[in-house]
Amino acid sequence: MSILVIAEHDNAALRPATLNAVTAAKAIGGDIVVLVAGASCAAVATAAASVSGVSKVLLADNAVYGNQLPENISALIAEIAAAYSHVLAPATTTGKNFMPRVAALLGVAQISDIIAVKSADTFVRPIYAGNALATVQSSDTIKVVTVRTTGFEEAAKEGGSAAVETLAVVKSQDIAEFVSQQLTVSERPELTGASIVISGGRGMQNGDNFVLLEKVADKLGAAIGASRAAVDAGFVPNDMQVGQTGKIVAPDLYIAVGISGAIQHLAGMKDSKVIVAINKDEEAPIFQVADYGLVADLFQAVPELADKL
Amino acid sequence: MKILVAIKRVVDANVKVRVKADHSGVDLTNAKMAVNPFCEIAIEEAIRLKEKGLAEEIIAVSIGEKACQEQIRTALALGADRGIHVEAAADLQPLPVARLLHKLVEREGAGLVILGKQSIDSDNNQVGQMLAALAGMPQGTFACKVDIADGRALVTREVDGGEQTVSLKLPAVITTDLRLNEPRYASLPNIMKAKKKQLDTLTPDDLGVDISSGLKVIAVEPPPSRSAGIKVASVDELISKLKSEAKVI
Repeated sequence: MSILVIAEHDNAALRPATLNAVTAAKAIGGDIVVLVAGASCAAVATAAASVSGVSKVLLADNAVYGNQLPENISALIAEIAAAYSHVLAPATTTGKNFMPRVAALLGVAQISDIIAVKSADTFVRPIYAGNALATVQSSDTIKVVTVRTTGFEEAAKEGGSAAVETLAVVKSQDIAEFVSQQLTVSERPELTGASIVISGGRGMQNGDNFVLLEKVADKLGAAIGASRAAVDAGFVPNDMQVGQTGKIVAPDLYIAVGISGAIQHLAGMKDSKVIVAINKDEEAPIFQVADYGLVADLFQAVPELADKL
Repeated sequence: MKILVAIKRVVDANVKVRVKADHSGVDLTNAKMAVNPFCEIAIEEAIRLKEKGLAEEIIAVSIGEKACQEQIRTALALGADRGIHVEAAADLQPLPVARLLHKLVEREGAGLVILGKQSIDSDNNQVGQMLAALAGMPQGTFACKVDIADGRALVTREVDGGEQTVSLKLPAVITTDLRLNEPRYASLPNIMKAKKKQLDTLTPDDLGVDISSGLKVIAVEPPPSRSAGIKVASVDELISKLKSEAKVI
C-alpha cells in the first residue's frame, strides 16, 4: 500500500497538522508519500522530507497552487491519486475544502474527521457532535480521508530523509480567483496546537471582557477560545470558536469560563486532558465534564486567578 | 438567475441523541426533527439575494424519506418558490446526494447553489464540495459574506486563523457558515400559503442516479464517557489542584 498525505502549509512552513496526518498514515501502514502543492514552497518540501516515516515528497510548485484554491488542488490530487491506496489530509478548513472535491472527481466516498484507524479500510469517526462514534468501512479502491488532528499524535519532525521529486502537473481552472486574506495576527499559541486553552462564553457579557481571559492566558502561555454563543453574540471573531462547527481542541488544560456547556461546545473540547469550569450557575452542564469546577462569579474569580498564577 | 437550495432534515440541535443498544445507529424515535441549522442559513441567504433582485426563483430541494417534505414546506414558508423532494433512504451518503443534486442543478439550470456547510447529524461537510466537483463549478465554502455582481460571486470564507475572500465565476456552489446571516422566522400567513406552493416528488431512478456507496457504517457506539470531577471552593484551591494533582501548570 502507498499512502499520499497532503501537506498543510503556508508556502513558507509545514504546519503541524500535517504531522498528525502522517501518524494516521503510519497507523494504516504502507509507504508514506507527502504532496506539497503551493507556490515558492521548496522549503516546505525540505521540511516534509525530514519528517519521520515519510518515504518520498512530491513538490508541485506553481503559482496556481499558491492559495490552495480547491478547484486547482483537487484536480492535481485527482490526477496523481491512482497510484495510491489512500489519500489523507488533516481535517482543517483547507483539507475540508478540497478533499470532498478530490473524492467526487475520483468517484469515491470521502471519510471525514477520523479519530482512529481500525484497519486499512476501517476507521472511526465522530457523528452527532461527538455523541456517537461511527465505525465505517470503505470498499472503494482509493480511500480519501480527512484526519482529525486531536485523534493522532504528531509524527517527529526529524528522523526522515526522503527524496524530493518535482511534479510538473499544472492544473488551473480560471473559474475561481483568490482575492484577499485577513489572518488574525496573534502572539499567542494557535488554538488547535496550544497545550493550554482558556475559553469564554456568553457569561463574558461582551467582547471587551475577554481582556480578563487574556491576562490569564499571558500568565499560562495559553490560547484563547470561545463558545458559539460568544461568537454568535458578536463578542469575538468566529476563528476563536471551539465546538462542533468550529475548532476541535484537546489541550492538556482547558479552562471554560462563563460557558454553560452545550453539546455543540463539548464536542470541540471534551477530549482535553484536564477541564476546568468557572461558572456562577452550579447546574451548568459544563460541570458534568469538568475535572475541577469552581462555582463563582467569573468577574471576581478570573482576575483573582490572573493575580495568583 | 435560479437559486437551488439543498436542505436536510435532521434531529433538532437541542436533542441529545442516544446510541441504540444494538449499536446499529442512534435512536431517533419520537425525536424532534428540524431543518439543519446551516441549511436554514442557506435558505435565508437565497431569500436575501432574491429580495435584492439578484434572483428570480428559489428552488428548495431535500433528499430523504417522505417526512422531509415538512422541511421543504418550512423553506417554502420562509420564501422559497417551489420544492423538489427526491424520495430515498434518510441515510444516503454524501456522494450519491451530490450526484442527485448535480442532476437537479442541470435540469433546472441553476445559476447558484447554496447549501449548509455540514449537517449536524452525520457531520460530514462534503456535499457542497462534491457537487461543485461533479458540476465543474467553483466553490465558496464556509461563507460568512456573499456578494453577487457581474456574473461572479465574491465570497468571504471562514478559515482557520481568519477570513479569505475568493471570486467565483457563476454558476457556483456556496456553503454557509454560522455568521453569514440570521435566519428569519416564517409568518403564519406564509406558512398557510406555503401549503399551496408546488412540491414535486422524484426518485433517484427518475434522475438516473445510482445511489450506492462504497462506504458502510458497521457500528455506532457511545463515546467514552467523561465523569464529573470535583468542585473546588476557591481560586487558591483550584491553582493548588492544577499544580499538585493535575500537574498541568
